[in-house]
Amino acid sequence: MSAIRAGDETGMAALYDRYSAVVYSVALRVLGDTGAAEDVLQEVFMQLWRNPGLFDSSRGSLGPWLAVIARNRAIDGLRKRRPETDIADVVVSVEPDVAGDAERARAMEKVRGTLGAMPSAQRQALEMAYFEGLSHSEISAKTGEPLGTIKTRIRAGLLALRKAFAT
Amino acid sequence: MSVHEQFAEDLALYALGGLEGDERAQLEKHLEGCAGCRRELEQLRGDMALMALSTAGPVPPRRARQRLLEAVGRERRPAAAPARRSWWALVPWVAAAALAVGLVSVWRQKSDLQRQIADLQNESARQFEELRQAREVVSTLTATDAMRVTVVAAKTPPQPQGKAIYVRDRSSLIFLASNFPALPPQKAYELWLVPTSGAPIAAGVFKPDTHGSAIVINPPLPAGVEAKAFAITVEPESGSPAATSPIIMFGAGE
Repeated sequence: MSAIRAGDETGMAALYDRYSAVVYSVALRVLGDTGAAEDVLQEVFMQLWRNPGLFDSSRGSLGPWLAVIARNRAIDGLRKRRPETDIADVVVSVEPDVAGDAERARAMEKVRGTLGAMPSAQRQALEMAYFEGLSHSEISAKTGEPLGTIKTRIRAGLLALRKAFAT
Repeated sequence: MSVHEQFAEDLALYALGGLEGDERAQLEKHLEGCAGCRRELEQLRGDMALMALSTAGPVPPRRARQRLLEAVGRERRPAAAPARRSWWALVPWVAAAALAVGLVSVWRQKSDLQRQIADLQNESARQFEELRQAREVVSTLTATDAMRVTVVAAKTPPQPQGKAIYVRDRSSLIFLASNFPALPPQKAYELWLVPTSGAPIAAGVFKPDTHGSAIVINPPLPAGVEAKAFAITVEPESGSPAATSPIIMFGAGE
């Protein structure tokens, strides 16, 4: 990151090589279109290049931050709305930076395992909120579940992921 | 973890961008003042990042890397691309600038007002002092218990005497009488301003006290009359618009 702050293009290339797969894959999953996912990829990295200060390295790792920004931008694109959250406001606290291929592969397996172990209604609510950007009332309308239940399931799903990485 | 339970589920939805309307507004207000809930929001975003890993697998095409590095090359100076920022990113700056301009304006107005108040206070204090001095002069001149002494050459018997002090620009006249003989009832002395041209102008009626003293202060006079002398006649108590008896005392201006 210090290379990016200094305006070093090779530093930017190194960051891209390390994190582009996560950014691209989450955008592709949300948007279902490779061209649109590429645009999100481009936008996220260009924002980092133009304003490295958006990312506060004292409060988290770059990988998770990029993943959250990419997901949010992809949802904005999917729902045809302007960005709802200023990137500078997004602070992400999570330990695994998943910079290396092996790390990422292990983390990916763990996440998939955790999702697979969830009750399907819970996983479904979480995925609708996460990958489709639906509000709890929209999810409730689609599934016929009460609003409160949807809220509870979404939170419980996220906490289950946290717990899986807590050890 | 000190997360407020009533906001716990809303926080997860909020992190995902799925909280709307009043619930969202209430939560954002709460977040401003609650560090515990802000920390939990950061944690939830961390959980969201983990969720992103479930998608890992696809890799971007090679051209995407090339495209990015070309764009980076075109914008070598990271700070040189404000034009591509979304307009709403400028809103806080515009608001801050407007606020700053407003504050400076208010500050200037305040300074002006403070200066005006200080000027008025000074003016008021000055006028108050002048008024106090004038009142002292008038109260001394008009005091019934004042000792009035006319000083004349030694061994000269006391003579009726009058002193007129006239300021034409202000049409202000003060006349001090001493040693005036008493008059019969229904009679009074009348003071006349004798202008440089035209008939004498009535300048007040007075009756001396038991010591022969009297004072006339600012009788009604036409504005800006040039006086060449003052004169006194004896008139009915109510005064006359024109003298009805011969002049008994007269003094010309120097």
